[in-house]
Amino acid sequence: MAKIVTDVVCPFCGTLCDDLEVALSDDGEEILEVYNACTIGATKFLHSQAKDRVTRPQMKQEDGSWKEVTYDEAVEYTANLLVDAKKPLMYGWSSTSCTAQGTGSEIGEIVGACMDNTATVCHGSTLIAVQDVGVPSATLGEIANRADRVVFWGCNPAHAHPRHMSRYSIFPRGFFTGKGSKSRKMFVVDPRNTDTAKMADVHLQLEQGHDYELLSAIRVALRGEALPDFVAGIPKEQIYETAETLRSGRFTVIFFGMGVTHSLGKNHNIDIAIAVTRDLNDYTKAAIVPMRGHYNVTGSGQVWGWQFGFPFCLDLTRGFARYNPGDSSSNDLLIRDEVDAVFVLGSDPGAHFPVGSVKKIAQLPSVCIDPHITPTSAVSKLHVPVAFVGVEVGGCAYRMDNVPIETRKVVEPPEGMLTDEEFLQKVLTRVRELKGAA
Amino acid sequence: MTEYLIKNGFVYDPIQGINGDKVDVAIKDGKMVDAGDVTKPTIIDATGMTVMAAGVDVHAHVAGPKVNVGRNFRPEDKLFNAAAGSGLKRMEGGFSVPTVLRTAYLYARMGFGFSMEAAMPPLYARHTHEEIRDTPIIDQGALPVFGNNWFVLEYLKENEIENTAAYIAWLLNQTKGFGVKCVNPGGTESWGWGMNCETVDDVVPYFDVTPRQIVSGLIAANEYLGLPHCMHVHGNSLGEPGNYEITLDTLKIAEDYSPQNDFGREVVLHNTHLQFHCYGGESYASKSFESKSKEVVEYINSVDNISYDLGVVTLDETTTMTADGPFEHHLSHMNNLKWANTDVELETGSGIVPFIYNPKTFIAGAQWAVGLECGLFIKDPMRAYITTDAPNAGPLCRYPRVYKWLMSAKARDDMLDNTLKYGDKIRERCYIGEIDREISLYELAMMTRAGPAKTLGLGHMFGSLKAGLEGDVAVYPYNPETDTDDPEKIEYAFGNAAYLIKGGRMIVKEGEIVDMGNKRTFWVDAKVNENPMVERDIAEKFRRYYTVTQNNYTVEGHHFVPNPYVIEVDATR
Repeated sequence: MAKIVTDVVCPFCGTLCDDLEVALSDDGEEILEVYNACTIGATKFLHSQAKDRVTRPQMKQEDGSWKEVTYDEAVEYTANLLVDAKKPLMYGWSSTSCTAQGTGSEIGEIVGACMDNTATVCHGSTLIAVQDVGVPSATLGEIANRADRVVFWGCNPAHAHPRHMSRYSIFPRGFFTGKGSKSRKMFVVDPRNTDTAKMADVHLQLEQGHDYELLSAIRVALRGEALPDFVAGIPKEQIYETAETLRSGRFTVIFFGMGVTHSLGKNHNIDIAIAVTRDLNDYTKAAIVPMRGHYNVTGSGQVWGWQFGFPFCLDLTRGFARYNPGDSSSNDLLIRDEVDAVFVLGSDPGAHFPVGSVKKIAQLPSVCIDPHITPTSAVSKLHVPVAFVGVEVGGCAYRMDNVPIETRKVVEPPEGMLTDEEFLQKVLTRVRELKGAA
Repeated sequence: MTEYLIKNGFVYDPIQGINGDKVDVAIKDGKMVDAGDVTKPTIIDATGMTVMAAGVDVHAHVAGPKVNVGRNFRPEDKLFNAAAGSGLKRMEGGFSVPTVLRTAYLYARMGFGFSMEAAMPPLYARHTHEEIRDTPIIDQGALPVFGNNWFVLEYLKENEIENTAAYIAWLLNQTKGFGVKCVNPGGTESWGWGMNCETVDDVVPYFDVTPRQIVSGLIAANEYLGLPHCMHVHGNSLGEPGNYEITLDTLKIAEDYSPQNDFGREVVLHNTHLQFHCYGGESYASKSFESKSKEVVEYINSVDNISYDLGVVTLDETTTMTADGPFEHHLSHMNNLKWANTDVELETGSGIVPFIYNPKTFIAGAQWAVGLECGLFIKDPMRAYITTDAPNAGPLCRYPRVYKWLMSAKARDDMLDNTLKYGDKIRERCYIGEIDREISLYELAMMTRAGPAKTLGLGHMFGSLKAGLEGDVAVYPYNPETDTDDPEKIEYAFGNAAYLIKGGRMIVKEGEIVDMGNKRTFWVDAKVNENPMVERDIAEKFRRYYTVTQNNYTVEGHHFVPNPYVIEVDATR
């Protein structure tokens, strides 16, 4: 008889589903099955049980081979790497708990690091836009209970956030949306005919890179002003109709993803998307929500917000926090050869940064703290495997709408393995000793 | 634990009736004791200085989701407002929305020991507690918001006080909350549809209940439970010209209730940031707008079961933030600056807008005057507390400046004559010009420590130097015999405590922060009779309408509240 653990939180994407059920073996040591999760989430749980999992730190040798080292040696290398560097980059922080993020911040403060999270290559432009124009938003439950107009702009939740539509946005029967998807009009704005677009009531298949123009045209249409025959490849009749449908709803929500945050225009696209939302609030109720990726990228922005006042691109090198995306952002620092050591925890820049940046990481003293072997661990000098947050250790995470949920421990990590938090605490202690601040 | 004896200072302790006398103040084992009870104390020489119990802040927004939105969406608030760490202190930053570390250091420098976070969205309670955990030194609590909560709306529509109380008790336990906050009753739920409730008799869409029923029911439930703090209300139509009548309507609801509690609290309703609720006229124009602070405070003077805090406008650039979602939307249309909003499922909403109270405008000056009038018309200073509704009417760091204005008519005249562009107009449209009252140090101690401690139900711990209370003492470099000539000395002294002892530990020594203390999180655990109906309602709402499961809603004490102080209340009958 399998033991079932309920109310398990999925540590994969920003949807942070918290209704998972995990079946364990009788002895509670092995995960047998994961219920309610999407394929990606379930795989994350099951992958923690992989037989070939690395369970001890490994140091890269001169000849490129890996040699197992102890955690103490790994702590020593990491602490020295950070203390010796004039300007270390501490990157990642999106796939770990807020407690670990807080401890990492203390280390970064002591060593005078540049600290950045994965927003720098995904929703960083959103954060900049919010600093420009604010953000009228709502929790996902508010949307499930009220929204009758749902727009997915430049995102594809069917693949990237697989349970988003069923839990929050399209299918749930909420308090004021008792007919579920029949209560809602679904719009998708995407140059691609994605699986999400195929489900939409209206698919605005705009020309790639013309999001700003289309959003601007919607603002024009909302004001009842004249439009040219086509904007971004969309006929003006359809734009007027879209504007009218959004305005006539009781509650409109715009979800947006990296199709707009990282296409031409970047933060300006988000500025105007937020402006459309503001405009709609003059007629009805409207909210806009970024589709955050990692399960706790939002949390790292929150922790840094209350500790330093900025959500990403922190430069702590002068003894107080400075913030200047484009200057203090990871890729800019790497490409300009401004950092002399790289520390990565809870993300995989090796897979997602431009190859020029990855080459720099490979040349520098570097450490990668990650349960998996990743492209980043492969180019780093030291790889420190740690327990899976949300599977083998609990800890707080923030959903894409900033709602905090505490992830749960389901099984024990492999014997002798440290968690992110434990490893960081050891590094912090050692850094303090090296700095004479103990 | 170290013993302290503070000698030769001018002591102000209204609870013990000490009014500037040179009395020795002693601390032993973290508590106040009689001076004769210490044996080998560390002596603090407070010659020429003012000694009071540590300050108690009844209402400030210093931790939680909307505060953090304020921090993150205003990088400009850190510009020229950052400081490197030194000694024990970590780096700090921010002016109107400081980082949690700067918040703690600010309070310590101002001689405060306790602060109440005035609005906690229950779904975000975990976030609020994470920030509170990371704020050292000061003790804190947080008030969850109830005025737009679906459970409350549904129960109070039918006047089900016992069920409301059972739900409140459950939510305080789940969120580790301290008491009952009510912001724009009914209005924020209406904002879910882009609407508002502007008077106490407007009906909330769908829920068919009025703000009057909500305020009345929440007071009744609060007294049913016998909570330490009274019902804490931010009424309808905040900031609107002509709103004083709505404020009076709200306050009069309290006439039907008397306090029922074991904590020495004598009021049933606390009206927060009264300044924003005392406006007459029909517009913000100088020919229409007028102060109605006298009318409102006179009513409060005529009853004995209402307290309030001032919410003084400090004429700074600041960041407004409130669970009054529709108000912030309205405000964003007034100044066209950036606007953040978050509606929280089944519970509440919030908005954040930067704001500049420009002394060159009539209305900012008039708001400044109204706030001070609220403090100067009070007959019983134990029921009027000095706040800036930080950061709404002004940043936290401006408290000492507000003391200066309240304590010195000269300082007020200087503002009206030399700083405010429309000083004469403000004298004409407000009462400020006809008031020569100056708040004394004794009254200041009532309005910043003894009074708020009492209304929070914490008079048995804070607000006085009486033996047995917490060992929280502030010493300010202000000589009441020789420093009265210059109001600037007031502002300097109360922003630069010479000493702060908190829970028997020396936090500030000779003006420097030397200890991060042992901060506690206060919350109230109210026991009620088993209530299967409310339990079923909660389970049903979570199953159908919340996006977190009921089991994932609870703020776990072990993690987020590492040093809790639990006040137990037994409402089982």
